[in-house]
Amino acid sequence: MDAFLLQTLNGLDKGSAYALIALGLTLIFGTLGVVNFAHGALFMIGAFCSVTLQRILNLSYETVDPSKTDFLGNPLKVKTPYVESWFGPETGGAIIEWSVPLAIIFAIPVMLAIGFSMERGLIKHFYKRPHADQILVTFGLAIVLQEIIKYYYGANPIQTPAPEALSGVAQLAEGIVYPVWRIVYFFFAIAIIGAVFAFLQFTTFGMVVRAGMADRETVGLLGIDIDKRFTLMFGLAASVAGLAGVMYGPINAPNYHMGMDFLVLSFVVVVVGGMGSLPGAVLAGFLLGILESFASMKEVITLIPGINQIIIYLVAIVILLTRPRGLMGRKGVME
Amino acid sequence: MSKTNVTRRGVLKTGAVAGAGLALPTYLSAASHGGYTNAPTGDTVTLGFNVPQTGPYAEEGLDELRAFELAVQHLNGEGDGGMLNTFSSKALNGAGILGKKVNFVTGDTQTKSDAARASAKSMIEKDGAIMISGGSSSGVAVAVQGLCQEAGIIFMAGLTHSNDTTGKDKKANGFRHFFNAYMSAAALAPVLNKLYGSDRRAYHLTADYTWGWTQQESIQAATEAMGWETVNNVLTPLASTDFSSYIAPVLNSGADVLVLNHYGGNMVNSLTNAVQFGLREKQVNGKNFEIVVPLYSELMAKGAGQNIKGIVGSQNWDWKLENQMGSRYIGTNAFVKSFGEKYGFPPSQAAQTCYAQTLLYADAVTRAGSFNPCAVAEALEGFEFDGLGNGPTLYRADDHQCFKDVLVVRGAENPGNEFELVEIVEATPVEQVTYAPDHPMFAGGALGTCNPGA
Repeated sequence: MDAFLLQTLNGLDKGSAYALIALGLTLIFGTLGVVNFAHGALFMIGAFCSVTLQRILNLSYETVDPSKTDFLGNPLKVKTPYVESWFGPETGGAIIEWSVPLAIIFAIPVMLAIGFSMERGLIKHFYKRPHADQILVTFGLAIVLQEIIKYYYGANPIQTPAPEALSGVAQLAEGIVYPVWRIVYFFFAIAIIGAVFAFLQFTTFGMVVRAGMADRETVGLLGIDIDKRFTLMFGLAASVAGLAGVMYGPINAPNYHMGMDFLVLSFVVVVVGGMGSLPGAVLAGFLLGILESFASMKEVITLIPGINQIIIYLVAIVILLTRPRGLMGRKGVME
Repeated sequence: MSKTNVTRRGVLKTGAVAGAGLALPTYLSAASHGGYTNAPTGDTVTLGFNVPQTGPYAEEGLDELRAFELAVQHLNGEGDGGMLNTFSSKALNGAGILGKKVNFVTGDTQTKSDAARASAKSMIEKDGAIMISGGSSSGVAVAVQGLCQEAGIIFMAGLTHSNDTTGKDKKANGFRHFFNAYMSAAALAPVLNKLYGSDRRAYHLTADYTWGWTQQESIQAATEAMGWETVNNVLTPLASTDFSSYIAPVLNSGADVLVLNHYGGNMVNSLTNAVQFGLREKQVNGKNFEIVVPLYSELMAKGAGQNIKGIVGSQNWDWKLENQMGSRYIGTNAFVKSFGEKYGFPPSQAAQTCYAQTLLYADAVTRAGSFNPCAVAEALEGFEFDGLGNGPTLYRADDHQCFKDVLVVRGAENPGNEFELVEIVEATPVEQVTYAPDHPMFAGGALGTCNPGA
């Protein structure tokens, strides 16, 4: 029973990341009709926003401590972060410690800017091109982005730890503990998903976007510049992916390749949920997260060897064979 | 008036003799240099360094490249000479190899066997590389070693730790300086016994490929021999990034030790996840829960950050070795000085093994007096040397595996500086990690015969 509960929690938490990335992917597909293979890279860049802020907060000045030596026997250079010298060691230390939550504020404008420039600079030229062209160009862009990150940050993972207060484990029941930050991540994902849905459901802007998703031409004929709104939606989708990346940093140390690791899975999530369906992406994200968790249990692997490696793709095949439009896809869209 | 008897038969005879005469030097020349692949003919010789420049082990690959570049400089008489000054063999004099200036070409293995074979093939066929070295994965090492055997090229393996590289997949043209999974387990087990006792229940998470399997098999056998019980072994896909669904079942499994048979990014992520789930603070069976990482590296420790503190594992070499464990490990400081002054930070164990392999190859060629792979192999087989940082070492003829001391290390609790990420717990003497050539964990393959190629 404990194992069942733990794996369910674990699945919800894995599913949070899948759902957030898939939400942005399907938002872009639903509005712009673009299959964006660079979306994983946006998730990765979000995580590196956190790394960047951590580095900015750790910018230091050097003093020489003659009583100690470095690895070559020279006097040791001691680094003190400017933040600590400006605000004192305690406040400065706390600012550095809370760099991941602070990175949320830092990442939003950065990701919006990246999203806008990606859409205006490259992707808009591919709206009328076949999906294969879109996939090729966005996949190429993803490789370029990850190589740029590797060039500046190296190939090694870089830890972005959670603040002390949100680290450690929480006792959920007798004998059941779960990492605090993973619980934070789950609620953060729920909040973001809720905010995106509320924005689309309860604002005039959202209503126009939804109308555009349903019938772009008619909305255009009504004199509404739907393209501008869709560009903003691209920025929004980039921000959602970026925030998912920022908050994911303490779970797994950011590395330049993390976007690619999530990309394929997120596409499967979108396909299973139904191309262009926002609730479908969220539902499929959590569903596949939970299935993946249960498939990793020793008992299940013993019963069906290798199931942990194929479960998501197996589900995708079954869904596509029995319900080609996905769980909540609209009839006729990518069916 | 003289008469010349020029006949058709005479012209043919003279032509045949002259032709044979002209061809003779070419034939002799081919015999003296040829008879093996990529025999160097000019005043330079090309070495091929095949390392991961992209992919999950790219950071280690870059450090290997730095070491190769340094080794080539030292071989060509540039820089301070590094470990050439401490190497027990004095055949090398800084004038290249056999008087030929050393050039090198590089390839990107991408940590993928097919890509690694393709880049090695290109370096051999297009660039004329006479030796291939490098790599940071056993899957890649085994694949490239097989290719070099077929091509008639010497393969001086880089960082490869699977028993199979010099076990069931060993090849006559392949040589490994790095230690292996059996040696890690043999060195670790007594230390684990001392630190955590003999009554322990271990849960293994294992990377699902050749290295992971042999590492798990070795550490399980060694720990069970001292009384530990193995509760479970779960194979995890190499492409895994989030290990939480594998870690969660450990919590209530009754195990009090988690052994992470993971390396590189896998290890950083699985250890981070294990720490997140509170395993370091957990008490099971009245004992503190412990985590063991059999194969360590400084670069992994850097990636794991605070999570690595106090975690025990093993290493082939460490840059603090000579300072902390004495002059038995001479060469270490010379290498650290050369590398540190050039690049601004100390070398990793991946760098050290690649540097040592380059020097060992050059030295073997010089002692053999030939680049012929079979002559080089003969010079390396049974070669005993010292002064390359690991203490007295033997390149065993039976399997082309180096035998030397193994380090047991632990994540530093209070690092003195940003580079002191691990502390040395013990240098396990070579006798304790030596095994018979026909040990069951290494059975199933044969060296075969040396292939000189073309």
